[in-house]
Amino acid sequence: MNRRESIWESLDWLTILIYLMLVLTGWLTIHAAIYEADSAMSPFDLDLRSGKQLIWIVISFVLFVLIMVIDYKVFMTFSYPIYFLTIGLLVVVLLLGTEVSGSKSWFALGGIKIQPSEFAKYATALALAKVFSALNFDIRKPKDFIKTGLLIGAPFGLIILQGDTGSALVFVAFSLVFFREGLSAIFIFIGVASFLLFLGTLLLGLNYMFAALAGLLALGILFSLKSRRRMIFISAGTIAAAAIVFSVDFFFNNILKPHQQNRIQVFLNPNADPTGAGWQVTQSKIAIGSGGFWGKGYLKGTQTKFDFIPDQSTDNIFCTIGEEMGFIGSFVLIVLFSLLLFRLIIIAERQRTVFGRVLGYSVFSLILFHYSVNIGMTIGLFPVVGIPLPFFSYGGSALISFSLLLFTLLKLDAHRMQVLGRVG
Amino acid sequence: MSDNRKYFFLALTVLTGLVFIARLSILQVFDSTYRSEAENNIIQRNIEFPFRGLIKDRKGKILVENMPSYTIQVVPGQLKKGQDQSLMKWLELDEQDYNEKIQKARSFSYYKASDFAPLLPQDEFSRIQDHLVDFEGLRVKPILRRSYPHQSLSGALGYVAEIDKERLAKDKGQGYRQGDMVGISGLELEYEDILFGKKGVKYEMVNVKGEVQGSFKDYEFDTVAYPGHDISISIDLELQQYAEYLMQGRRGSVVALEPSSGEILTFVSAPYYDPNLLTGRDLGENFVSLTQDTTKPLFNRPLMAAYPPGSIFKMVQALVAMQTGVITPATRIRCNRNIIACHGAHTNEDLQGAIQYSCNPYFRQVLRYVLNQNVSENTYEDTRIGFDSWYEKIRSFGFGEPLGIDLPNEKGGYIPPSSYYDKIYGRNRWKFSTIYSLAIGQGEILVVPIQMANLAAIIGNRGHYYRPHFIKAVDGSEEMFPPEYRERQVTAVDSGYFQVVVDAMEKVVESGTGFRGAVPGYAVCGKTGTAENPHGEDHSVFIAFAPKDDPQIAISVYVENSGQGARAAAGIAGLVMEKYLNGEIKRQYLEDYIMKGDFIY
Repeated sequence: MNRRESIWESLDWLTILIYLMLVLTGWLTIHAAIYEADSAMSPFDLDLRSGKQLIWIVISFVLFVLIMVIDYKVFMTFSYPIYFLTIGLLVVVLLLGTEVSGSKSWFALGGIKIQPSEFAKYATALALAKVFSALNFDIRKPKDFIKTGLLIGAPFGLIILQGDTGSALVFVAFSLVFFREGLSAIFIFIGVASFLLFLGTLLLGLNYMFAALAGLLALGILFSLKSRRRMIFISAGTIAAAAIVFSVDFFFNNILKPHQQNRIQVFLNPNADPTGAGWQVTQSKIAIGSGGFWGKGYLKGTQTKFDFIPDQSTDNIFCTIGEEMGFIGSFVLIVLFSLLLFRLIIIAERQRTVFGRVLGYSVFSLILFHYSVNIGMTIGLFPVVGIPLPFFSYGGSALISFSLLLFTLLKLDAHRMQVLGRVG
Repeated sequence: MSDNRKYFFLALTVLTGLVFIARLSILQVFDSTYRSEAENNIIQRNIEFPFRGLIKDRKGKILVENMPSYTIQVVPGQLKKGQDQSLMKWLELDEQDYNEKIQKARSFSYYKASDFAPLLPQDEFSRIQDHLVDFEGLRVKPILRRSYPHQSLSGALGYVAEIDKERLAKDKGQGYRQGDMVGISGLELEYEDILFGKKGVKYEMVNVKGEVQGSFKDYEFDTVAYPGHDISISIDLELQQYAEYLMQGRRGSVVALEPSSGEILTFVSAPYYDPNLLTGRDLGENFVSLTQDTTKPLFNRPLMAAYPPGSIFKMVQALVAMQTGVITPATRIRCNRNIIACHGAHTNEDLQGAIQYSCNPYFRQVLRYVLNQNVSENTYEDTRIGFDSWYEKIRSFGFGEPLGIDLPNEKGGYIPPSSYYDKIYGRNRWKFSTIYSLAIGQGEILVVPIQMANLAAIIGNRGHYYRPHFIKAVDGSEEMFPPEYRERQVTAVDSGYFQVVVDAMEKVVESGTGFRGAVPGYAVCGKTGTAENPHGEDHSVFIAFAPKDDPQIAISVYVENSGQGARAAAGIAGLVMEKYLNGEIKRQYLEDYIMKGDFIY
């Protein structure tokens, strides 16, 4: 068997099939989102977003072929240079970038706009895989934990500076990779508990939360009268929780910008201001809900066609699916994403190197985060966070970045039997 | 190692998918409200209001027409900042008013138009028209409003205004919606179904900015508007305006009928007002000031003002008594003024003389004959039998219940039935002496002016009448004419008995109290009356018809607080009849007398 044949034979074609289905339905959905009645519009028209997305899809296909033919070791070798190059771009964009709707995260080159923060996901995933695959690396060691923290913190901080909180939040997804690589479950617990405290504070306010914590503390002490250690532990936990509650309140009222406060308040109570801050949530729910079981039919969605949904071809692309394809279409899309995520777990788990597995879980975590937050916000399960639906939303940078992530993983996967390295 | 943790990721993926599907099934499958909300977003329902039918007088003169007016609407989402001040200036709104209106529009919709400055008349609109282009968020909606070119006939026309909630709730099948302009009173209400026409609806789709994007479902639900029908009414505008002129500054009514058909020629409720007050933008404000006016201009006197008929009721008593067979024209009764007061120099008249001189003792005795015919040995029982028979005959003259004229809120006056007296005095506890004031049209009897005019028509017709009505034709044809107004209503008194009454009424005008009711060249029959008014000056009443044979006009004039009928009412009736019969007034001195007359107001 010669080598050239083997790469095509050992590729995970099922994943590629799901990928193809997602990008192609994405392209048609973008066309539906920008479609205007009474004008003959073709999805191949390169002046339209659908036509432009088609170009990006073709470019992705070219990248696919490129990745498949180059040496798989390139990614390991160049992971740090790629990372630092991207960090450099993130700094430069802060200085020379173009501001689009409040975020200074774009390079405008001719007619094309490039968003380095999208590529930062790819670069960070590669660098993280490289760090993890070092000999003696153990995430449970504070030194190594801090090292990876810095690796993620650098792009996170820079993207926050650009004013694109949504894209920065995506980097939180890498914590799932840490968990897979052995980080104590207590961190996940702390994470989840903090999130619940955060939500509780916003919903109930400081006083109620403190009262609730005091009640919990009293109960805890009552049930651990015999164990002094446990009592100390519970008390410490409660104090920590109180600190979180207090800082959440401070964070919400003093750190968050008014529009961010609005988004969270609107999420908690969508009917408070349906024509103002709650507009997007209200209208996207109307769009999806009005689709009914079978949907209104392709190109027949009135909410999208008549511009009731902002950002309908990018962040709110799911509204078009929900409205025109109904419950059936949404169901199929969710099944497709779930299948892709299952497939990514399987691929990640069967890697024989730490590098491959970490990359695999990075891809999984990033796609899971985007998919759950994006769809979650359109159906009112999550505050509005401006991040795209992978492979689906209009946008070259995001599509290329996600394609690179997926194709690099598939490349490594195809070579997994030949790989020599530290086996995890 | 952490190999087992892959199950956590699997579970996370499955859980996310399940939560999404559960949420989507609620949104898309179980909750159906979103579909209508989406339609509300895009569907703009444009009503095409039909052209409301015109109202014309019997000679084709237009009494009610439609005039354009303009409602300025606002789309709050398109209003630019910093335009508030200039908008306030052009629409002449103060800041508080302006803010309230903007707030109201916003709470209705951010991107759909709401009414802002309603019903601007043409001249006011032209003044600001040029400035409107500067305001992107403004729309102009032309609306037809009613207009009354002759400022006349306020008592009968009624008015048109936006439908109220109560009427909307009662609506059965007419398809009224909030904002529709409908007849609220008068002929506008009575003939609403004919005048309104049929609304058209055009559904259009709009985008988020309120810009029209095309038809909704290919005009499938659209309907075309049909204009309402024009109606012609029997009013003679010229006569109406003349009667209104004569009633200037007085309270009362003038009703003139055509006896051969029951058509209403003149219908004055005084004080009257310019019907244009109750149209357009200032309707509400003007309506309030009309209701607060102590002279009660909105009180429709010809239909609603119930007065004791007084002496004019003596003719009815005479006719009923003859029909009953208790008197003949030759019956003479002594004018015994010990029992009941009388006036004028007469002592022992026959029937004609008694009517001519309005002899109270005569008619008191006539009623006694009618009520007590010794059918029963018990006086009370006997009175009761006589009374019931009297009651039936009186009612056949159209008294005691509404005549069925084509206007809302017609009152029927009152003729007390025997049960009424039973209730007050007890059964078999009342007799003639208890109720004798009925004989001269006092006591419990109440009639409204249209019934008085109808009485004149009945006597002129010698015993029958047609229900008084306004309607003459719909769209110039009689196809839709209500058949009940062609039905001849016959009284319980044979026509043969009427001649003596007619002759007596002729004498009243020729040489009696009603001399001011005379019309040169015509034999006018009339009768004056004075209704006692415990609160002030007596009311003056006069009914008449002319000419004596084959009468063209029957009339009742009622002037409140003007003393004896002879003074004001007869003069006004005479002038109106002269105007109708001759087409002009030759007796300027009489008109001057009436207009200068010292009539208390």
